[in-house]
Amino acid sequence: MSWTWFHRLASPPHIYRLAQRLTPWFAWPAGALILAALYGGLVLAPPDYQQGDGFRIIYMHAPSAWMSLMVYTTMAVAAAVALIWRMKVAHAVAASCAPIGASFTIAALVTGSLWGEPMWGTWWEWDPRLTSELILLFLYLGYMGLRGAIEDPQRADRTSAVLAVVGIVNVPIIHYSVTWWNSLHQAPSVMRLGKPTLSTPMLVPLLMMMLGFTLFFVAVLLVRLRGEILVRERSASWIREVLST
Amino acid sequence: MSDTRTAAPDAASVLEAARLVLERDLTLALRRRGQLVQPLAFFVIVTTLFPLAISPELARLREVAAGVLWVAALLASLLALEFLFRDDAYDGTLEQYALSGQPLTGLMFAKTAAHWLLTGLPLALMAPLAALSLGAPPDAVPGIVASVAVGTIALSLIGSIGAALTLGLRRSGVLLALLTLPLSLPVLIFGARASELAIHGEPYVAPLELLAALAVLGITLAPLASAAAVRISLE
Repeated sequence: MSWTWFHRLASPPHIYRLAQRLTPWFAWPAGALILAALYGGLVLAPPDYQQGDGFRIIYMHAPSAWMSLMVYTTMAVAAAVALIWRMKVAHAVAASCAPIGASFTIAALVTGSLWGEPMWGTWWEWDPRLTSELILLFLYLGYMGLRGAIEDPQRADRTSAVLAVVGIVNVPIIHYSVTWWNSLHQAPSVMRLGKPTLSTPMLVPLLMMMLGFTLFFVAVLLVRLRGEILVRERSASWIREVLST
Repeated sequence: MSDTRTAAPDAASVLEAARLVLERDLTLALRRRGQLVQPLAFFVIVTTLFPLAISPELARLREVAAGVLWVAALLASLLALEFLFRDDAYDGTLEQYALSGQPLTGLMFAKTAAHWLLTGLPLALMAPLAALSLGAPPDAVPGIVASVAVGTIALSLIGSIGAALTLGLRRSGVLLALLTLPLSLPVLIFGARASELAIHGEPYVAPLELLAALAVLGITLAPLASAAAVRISLE
């Protein structure tokens, strides 16, 4: 088996062109899936027998919460790859993930708060899931703060990569310690063993939305990655060729 | 990273090197007593603020005593973290450690152990005093000492990672708090739970065991991470 594909992943011009070529393949399906899921979720799905139409915010809330964790995992894996194989491009991937992940976390917190007000009668509850989501936001902010505080770009890359890897070890511990601490949030309805508790017309748009959000994340990541590579390689000669075409 | 030097040091010499680092750190700290007392004084002042802010009634204070104690201990140990590597980074000692041919992980563990002996242990001994003044019954003293002692082991280890990551940064104080506090959350939860159960005279072994598990996990992983971070900062 040839390893050239793997070595080419370490080459910024190759990755730049690859990202450019792949972006529409993720962006368009993401847009189509999100629109279809919005129609399915807001129009086709029946109202919930307890929560009425209020439950429909789940179509923004659950995928955002799901993405906030997935982006962190992506970031930590990219950071670990970058530390182990000394791959500059992987550092750029990790750096591009952080603001996206922080945005998804904020989206999950805001939609959760909007949902909590009519259902639980409060904007904010010190519930384990809310609390651990908030802590996740702090982890993202810490990562971005550390990266911003170090002037030397290579040191910034490697130091923040260590932090991302340490964080991924701690995220499950934080999550479970917070869960044992106190609980009010409803039990998970989709990500659980056995049959989902949501009915099919409600569930299908949700799954479509999750897939759409994932594709959206990849598309945004590819765009950010190109920007990140341009900044890092600004003195390289291939940049001129790429930008002149 | 660049450990392709001569033969790997054997276990006995690693232990000897770790012992020397521990001894050196303890000696240096005992000659600068002012620095040692600062976190303790901070701890006492913070716990004094709560009766003034909430109410001097012991019944009400007893309800919040465990939480107050733990937040104060967390902040005090955070305050002490700045001294962990700072002086050694300035005078080049850390560089010598990295070049010494001994595994940096072991030396980091020794430094963290010294840090705990100088801040965590005194905090654990001071905690019952603060707890009693907040209305905790005398029976709660063993539980409080045990939970603060075990919990500060985990806090020192987590903090050593944060301190190593922020080495050499200007204005590192707030950043250190932002990095360390979210990671220390489980310690706060189980520590406060153990102290609270002790104050109410209930069995507190379960959260104490979880706290010990966190400390053991920290002992195995944290020195690796802080050694990696120190090496990056020396490049």
